[in-house]
Amino acid sequence: MNEGMRQHTGFLPSLRRIYALILRHTYLLRSSGPRILELMYWPTVQMILWGFITLFLVNHSSWIAQASGVLLSGVLLWDVLFRSQLGVSLVFMEEMWSRNLGHLFVSPLRPTELACALLSMSLIRTLIGVGGAALIAIPLFHFSVFSLGLPLLAFFVNLIIMGWSIGLLVSGIVLRYGLGAESMAWIAIFAVQPVSGVYYPIDTLPDWLQYVAAILPSSHVFEGMRAVVVDHTFRADLLLKAAGLNVIYLAAGFFSFLAFFNIARVRGQLLHVGE
Amino acid sequence: MSSSVVSVSRLCKYFGQVMAVDDISFEVASHSTTALLGGNGAGKTTTLSMLLGLLLPTSGSVSIFGVDMLRDRYRVLPRVNFSSPYVDLPRRLTVRENLTIYARLYGIIDISARIHALTEELQIGRFLGRPYGQLSAGEKTRVVLAKALLNEPELLLLDEPTASLDPDTADYVRGLLESFRKRTGTTILLASHNMSEVERLCDDVIMLRAGKLVDRDTPAQLLTRYGRRNMEEVFIDIARERHLEISLDQKQSADK
Repeated sequence: MNEGMRQHTGFLPSLRRIYALILRHTYLLRSSGPRILELMYWPTVQMILWGFITLFLVNHSSWIAQASGVLLSGVLLWDVLFRSQLGVSLVFMEEMWSRNLGHLFVSPLRPTELACALLSMSLIRTLIGVGGAALIAIPLFHFSVFSLGLPLLAFFVNLIIMGWSIGLLVSGIVLRYGLGAESMAWIAIFAVQPVSGVYYPIDTLPDWLQYVAAILPSSHVFEGMRAVVVDHTFRADLLLKAAGLNVIYLAAGFFSFLAFFNIARVRGQLLHVGE
Repeated sequence: MSSSVVSVSRLCKYFGQVMAVDDISFEVASHSTTALLGGNGAGKTTTLSMLLGLLLPTSGSVSIFGVDMLRDRYRVLPRVNFSSPYVDLPRRLTVRENLTIYARLYGIIDISARIHALTEELQIGRFLGRPYGQLSAGEKTRVVLAKALLNEPELLLLDEPTASLDPDTADYVRGLLESFRKRTGTTILLASHNMSEVERLCDDVIMLRAGKLVDRDTPAQLLTRYGRRNMEEVFIDIARERHLEISLDQKQSADK
């Protein structure tokens, strides 16, 4: 090994390479004010829209009147799921847009390390985007999602892991099918929104859709959120179901990303990607 | 003869029914500069991609530094680097940021010192703070070359290193590669269809045509064998399949 270089195998070198990629995307964010504003734009617009809907419904719906924070909590937590998925997919697509994958994958960087860097960047982007909207909601609607207390952390962790899993799957699909499939990054997650019970209880759904909801971590999180906001109880059973499902989802997300990566190596797509 | 750094055995690549590389075998000697020469679609980039593990072969094997690249490429990649016109660097990041990231990926210990040394060597100091995307083609080539030299690779794979450069910049890049090789003893394998580049830089030439290895020798020996004055004429002979006649003539001479 070259004497000017560090060791390449083991946990610390792996962390160093993950950090290098996080640094790459932090440089990108830092150099572009519009990118940071864009991160906060939609969560804030959604929060303001649902904030006013809540103000209206407080006087017209007894259910909302009992728990005025239920819609705003729903919209902010939904954005955690959406932004975490989008964060993974967009950061990966940045590498495709810049035709950088060929250089990355002839460096000592492993695909799993790239995936871990994507998850870390997704966390940073979600905290900036949804965190900003959550803070603006406090003076604007006198509502603090942080009043959910510790359960908020559990909801956040579960939603972000589910978002990561779908983000890894979508990134793999974009790698396999090319940038023609990039719209998947924006639309894929919305397939689970109606079944997740973001704004209404799961028992609103027809029976057969409730079975679908049962295998989504998000539906258990939003049910748990309503239990805290409406009934002031913490449902550990729902949280455990969400966490158990998320173990499977995350493993499937990593597996699909690596499988699509291998297909890309067979088809020669790592070298010939770009705008 | 020095020991071989790259060893390729019966390498094939099919994309569906389309054959891109057809049963090629070769070795690249340590400290040599070897050219993979061939026209468009000859299989040069496909071969380089398989050497690096960016592309999985349909069959055959590749070993670099005696390590099987299909099984254990991460043991080798820290000792290798690569540049190609088909890949780019993040355009919105400055040159310094790009080099810093790749220095970290390659585990360079003193990043500032290494970037400083490359800045001097490649004369990229005046645009270190500029976004990569705002550079001219020649400046970009120098930056990509700086990235490729960051880890002082023992094996450097270059895909068309002077493609789309003006003659002056191309000459500068060739001079740089010559001096780098002299200084470090790095083994270089470059894919090119620029004949003057091959004549100037390479000790050994592997000729590819339609995915097949059709000839191999030093530039001087190829010129003698084909009875030509320069490599461009040899290239045209091979592109027009004259090498088959030459092989037949040689066989008949041997039989007599």
